[in-house]
Amino acid sequence: MIKLTKSDFEKILAHAVKELPDEACGLIAGTVEDGNKEIKKVYLLTNIDHSNEHFSLDPKEQLEAIKDMRKNGFVPLGNWHSHPESPSRPSDEDKRLAFDSKASYMILSLMDRENPVLNSFKITGDTAEKEGLVIE
Amino acid sequence: MTITVAGNKKEVADNLTVAQLIVDENVETPEYVTVTINDEFVKSGTFEETTLKDGDVVEFLYFMGGGQ
Repeated sequence: MIKLTKSDFEKILAHAVKELPDEACGLIAGTVEDGNKEIKKVYLLTNIDHSNEHFSLDPKEQLEAIKDMRKNGFVPLGNWHSHPESPSRPSDEDKRLAFDSKASYMILSLMDRENPVLNSFKITGDTAEKEGLVIE
Repeated sequence: MTITVAGNKKEVADNLTVAQLIVDENVETPEYVTVTINDEFVKSGTFEETTLKDGDVVEFLYFMGGGQ
């Protein structure tokens, strides 16, 4: 299970909408207790692909985010990105480029602009499994 | 000598290369890893010849990307 505050959800959503038509992306960090993850901070990073079909995190911003997590006593929990025109599920490319089976991969679909959908997945090889996501 | 890797101080052999450190640290998918030393990005393809110095701070950044 992974917990996200409503305000952090709003932060991700606002950034993803601002970046349209491109995909938006970032990192999530926080704590893990008894296997339950709690997101304490979301990071909004630049998609250096500037594409509506692909994303790559800016490595310089990634470095700054990692240092900030360490300073705050958080651990990296995974990443998030948006799908401007497709559902909230990992694409083949998302799965191919997911190297950490312990990470949470969050995908925000903006397909239906009035009803954005955020899901979180664990990805091992070409298998993606939805994990419980609580937004409160 | 002492270096810091991903926030942890470690004793390592003098003149350790970045390539050897990647092996020693069991870095998964090294072809998708970017390395920084003291916040400077190490050019890919130079890991074999880049040696570390006492006090260096090393970070491994895993490529993160995808597509819809």
